[in-house]
Formats: sequence, structure tokens, C-alpha cells
Amino acid sequence: MGNRCAVIGVGQTHYTTKRRDVSIAGLVREAALRALEDAGLTFKDIDAVVIGKAPDLFEGVMMPESYLADALGAAGKPMMRVHTAGSVGGSTALVGASLIQGGVHERVLVVAFEKQSESNATWALSTHLPFSASLVVGAGGYFAPHIREYMRRSGAPGHIGTLVAVKDRLNALKNPYAHLRIPGIDQKMVESTPMLWEPIRYLETCPSSDGACAMVLSSEAAVTGTPAWVHGTAMRSEPIFRASRDTVSPQAGKDCAADVYRQAGIADPRRQIDVAEVYVPFSWYEPMWLENLGFAAEGEGWKLTESGATALDGDIPWNASGGVLSSNPIGASGLIRFAEAALQVRGMAGEHQVDGARTALGHAYGGGAQFFAMWIVGRERP
Amino acid sequence: MPSDPLVAQHVLEFPGGYTRTTGPVIGRFLTELRARRIVGVRTAEGRVLVPPLEYDPETGEPVTGEYTEVGPAGTVKTWAWVEQPLDSHPLDRPFAWALIELDGADTALLHAVAADNAKAMAAGMRVWPVWSDRPTGHITDISHFAPEVTKIVSNVRAEYRLQAGGALRTFLEGVERGVLLAGRCERCAKVYVPYRLNCPECGQSLGDTFEVPDTGTITTFAINNLPDPRAPEVPFVSAYILLDTTDIPMIALIGDVPAHEVRQGMRVKAVWVPESERTASMANIRWFAPTGEPDVELS
Repeated sequence: MGNRCAVIGVGQTHYTTKRRDVSIAGLVREAALRALEDAGLTFKDIDAVVIGKAPDLFEGVMMPESYLADALGAAGKPMMRVHTAGSVGGSTALVGASLIQGGVHERVLVVAFEKQSESNATWALSTHLPFSASLVVGAGGYFAPHIREYMRRSGAPGHIGTLVAVKDRLNALKNPYAHLRIPGIDQKMVESTPMLWEPIRYLETCPSSDGACAMVLSSEAAVTGTPAWVHGTAMRSEPIFRASRDTVSPQAGKDCAADVYRQAGIADPRRQIDVAEVYVPFSWYEPMWLENLGFAAEGEGWKLTESGATALDGDIPWNASGGVLSSNPIGASGLIRFAEAALQVRGMAGEHQVDGARTALGHAYGGGAQFFAMWIVGRERP
Repeated sequence: MPSDPLVAQHVLEFPGGYTRTTGPVIGRFLTELRARRIVGVRTAEGRVLVPPLEYDPETGEPVTGEYTEVGPAGTVKTWAWVEQPLDSHPLDRPFAWALIELDGADTALLHAVAADNAKAMAAGMRVWPVWSDRPTGHITDISHFAPEVTKIVSNVRAEYRLQAGGALRTFLEGVERGVLLAGRCERCAKVYVPYRLNCPECGQSLGDTFEVPDTGTITTFAINNLPDPRAPEVPFVSAYILLDTTDIPMIALIGDVPAHEVRQGMRVKAVWVPESERTASMANIRWFAPTGEPDVELS
């Protein structure tokens, strides 16, 4: 795994539908400056900047990393862009971490953002190129059939999705940065919302958010403040069009989890991980990823959700922050998972802190569930 | 309606218009306006009057001779919406009359605010003057006020010429003839449709094309309630269809069956458009429709 790497600063913007008051540069600076403040540092202390976001078509700014370089204090420093669709926030953190682990830099600023209000993600994901046979309308249209297939295979009762939709929004009420804050949210409210892409209801989907998240990553020698230590990092991908590909529980996700657990010495994720921030943009992806990530046996993930184990007061809280279901600045959503995992083991998660969290999982996936990025962070030095 | 002989139009207009002597204070204000500056005058008590007066309206005392530049931006204190502007109004589209306190002034100026609609107006909003092209020393040298610029529209348009080449061309030429062409991986023997050059699993090239049936089984599907240009009526069903003898499902529209009667495992067959309408395009297949055969048991 290379040299030790730690998260020493986390900065987030308040996620919301439209940040009309800031430019894209202003948005990323807000997160970056908060992360630097958390670490007690300034741009001068940073050796390199890694930025991630979802496809350029979302804002219509071609190669925004070039335009944002000086906004992020990267003048005269290495600056690079990471691009792995929805998992990009996670991959951005991992590319930044690899620069520390490889001994190239002492401190790296990683930033990810999306300003969804500048256009419309469903439009950007459904451009209908000529000759294409695809009939997919946005991310929901893509994932709905795979959720249906999960329900068939596992025999999960239909209300499991609504449990997650409620649980994550209740958690969001404890997170001041969360976008969707719905007082009084309950199963009945979720069930009363229309099916968009059946079996996905409106309140079982993530919102469209504007926002940015940033972290300062550091080598062991350059640590300031309270570190979250990186215990394992892994990325995997797989072809989206592949015969006998399991789109419900992709092999790349299983392989990625196995790799990151091996590095962190985790044999039983359910017992050894205290809190997980997992990319769940549609409520049913919680039980699906519980299985894919080995927290439950195949076909059993929904039982864990139903039992309340993944609630904030359960034995393995998932998405204590409210998760992607509550805040979704797409390109940043993965980085937020990684940052929230770090906040938990630093004991700095505020009202949604899981007591005594020592080991946390950050997870992101993207594309047609074909890109995966994960890390394990811990309170103790690895 | 017949005209009433005892009704007539009459215009009362002093030829050339009345003249107004501005006096030193209003004159200074209008002279500054002509130079695209807005000034107020300070009262003995230190307040800044905009537009300026020769006297403090509260005390009747003369104002000081001190002029001070204000604005150009200001804050709307209150406003009234004009849905149907008159010919004499400063704007020919709906607008608001507003009392605007310019930055540095202690009184408000009455002027027009251009806004998209009444909902865009609010007390406390910030507005800026939009100057007329040819200032003459008149209050209309400020054409109107407008909200602050908070967003711009960026029209991005990229036009491409896309050429379907290689495997896709081969496949679509098959579709034009009414057949679906597939290929088999020379290593793992998986059958791919649409035909492609390489196996995404092994990287091995696929052998020669061959026809596969236009019948298959729905593996899974979504009922879409958001319309799409290619499926404008909702709900529509987009399904993964595993064509018989192939190993990878294709996504296609399901038709000729109510959305909620579609099932996983349902047998379907392509519905082709009439031969006379066929092109080298997937639009040749209108949708897949149930065959009526028993459902297939999915593993």
C-alpha cells in the first residue's frame, strides 16, 4: 500500500438545489478553503491538486479543471482531473491518496463538485446519439431494471426500498450540510410519491444538488490536527456490455471490496467496520450493496435493512450522513462518502457521529455500476 | 356602431412642450445625469436627498451646497406592478414602479424596474440603472433599473457528423434487411448481438456474422413514467431482451401489451415496420411484442 496517508482536513458546502450565489470556481473554493481551515493550512502548504467531477456535459464547461486550477491555488503545481462517472469522487480521493502513498507529495488537496443546476443530468445522460439502440432515460431508467431483478432474485418485500428512503432522510436531519431535509418523513410519505421508473418511486431517488467537497490528504510526516488514517484503497472496473455480466451484484464491486478488506485486515465487514458511507442513489441499492460488499450473504441484504441494523442506532450504520439519497452533487457524491467516513473516525461528524467509530468504509460506484472506488479509514495508524 | 356626431377627439398640447427652469439644485442633478452620474444633495442635518431639492422637506431649511455621488445601484424599498404599460410609460412591457434607495442616499427615487414578472420583484432587491443611449439631461437618461446580473445563459452547441462504421454498419445493414446479426467469441463462445468486432470479456475477435432470431425473453424491465422522444407516451416499458441463442440482452421498447402486464420471463418478438419504411436504423423495430408463448423460468 506504500507510505502512510491521512485525511487531515474536510470541507463541504451546504448541498442545495441551486447555489445561485456562487460561480463554479466560488463553489469549489468554498469547500477547499473549509478543508484547509480544518487542517490549519493554506493553499501554500499544498503540493498538488486533484479534481474530479462527472461528465463535462453536466455544466457544459469543457475541461473545467483547466479553468479551476488557479481558483484552487494550483498555479505552479501539479493539477489533474479524474473522471470515472458517478464514482469519480471516490476515485479522486484515491488518486490523491496514491500521490501520498507513492511518496510523490506530502500534502494533496482533493476536490470534487457538481453544479447540477447549470443544466439537467437526465438530459446529459440521455443524449440519444444516432444509431444507438439504447432506450435508457437517465440514471433511474438504467438502474430500475436491475433493482427489479434484485427484488425477483432475493424475494425481498416491496417496502424495503421505502425503509432506506426514510432512514437516510432521518439521518439527513442530523447533518447540517444535507440537501433534502424532510421533517416528518415516513414510509407513508415515500409510498405516496409517484413511480418515476417503476420500481423506483420519486422519494426513493436522490436529489439533484449543487455542491462541492474537499479533503486535505497528508503524509505521516506532514500531519496536522486530527488524522483519519487510510487503511486500504481499491478501484475496479468492468465492461458494461459483457455476456453473463451480473448487473445486480457486479464482479468489479466484489473484487474491489475483497481488495480493500485484505489491505485493511478485514475478514468480517459487518463486525469489523463501525460505519459505512456507501453510494446509494436509489434506495434499493442499500440491500444490493450490503450483499455486494459482503455485509450480508447473497439474497439476505434486505433482511439486514429491515432489521434496522443499518440505521444510525443499528450495529452497522450505513450513510449516517443521509447519503446520496439526501445530497447528490454527482461528481462530489463519492468524495462526500469518503470524507464522511473520515469525519466519523476523526470523531468530527457532529450530530450524526456514530459513537466510538474507529473503522469506516467509504464507497462509490459509477457508470452502469461498472466503476468502483473504496477506502477504509481508521482512527489508529495502520 | 354608428359614430355619435356629438363626440370629437381633442388634443391639448402646448406647441413644442412646456419649458421648466430647473433651478440650481435640480439643474445640477440633471447635468450630472447627462454625464451618467447620480448625485444627491446634503441637508444641514447631514441627510442625502436623491433626487435633490433646494430645501430640506422636513425642516424647510435650505440644503447645503454639498453634492455627493450616490448609487449607481440601489435597494427597492417598495414597488407596484404594471401589467399593462401605457404609451407614456418608460417600458413597453410589464414592469414595476419602485421606490429605490440608491446606495449613499437617505431618500428613495421613483423609477421603473424591468423584471420578468411580479414574482421576480421583492422589497430589498438590488437594482442597477440601465442608461439610455443618448442622455439629454432628463430623468429618462436612466432608461430604467434592472436587477443585478446573477446568471448568464451560455449557448453551447456542438454539431457532429457521425458515421456508423465497422461492426455497427454491418449490424444496421442487417437491420435494414430485417435481420439481426450477431457474432460469436472465438475464445469464450459467447454470442454478442448487436454484432461487434471484439469480445469485451476476452478481447478476442468475434467470428463472422450470423443471423439470430428476432424472438427472445424479457430478463428484466423498467416501467418509465417520464416520456422520451422515442417513446413519447407514458408509461412505456424499456426491457432487457435476451434474443434466442444469444448471451447478452438488448434494451428495447415493449409494445402491444399494457405496461403492468409485462413480466420477467415473458416471450417477445420484434415488430418490424413495413418493408417500404425500412432504413439502416433500429427504428426499423417498432418494439417487441408478446408472442403468447408460456413464460420462461428465470434462474
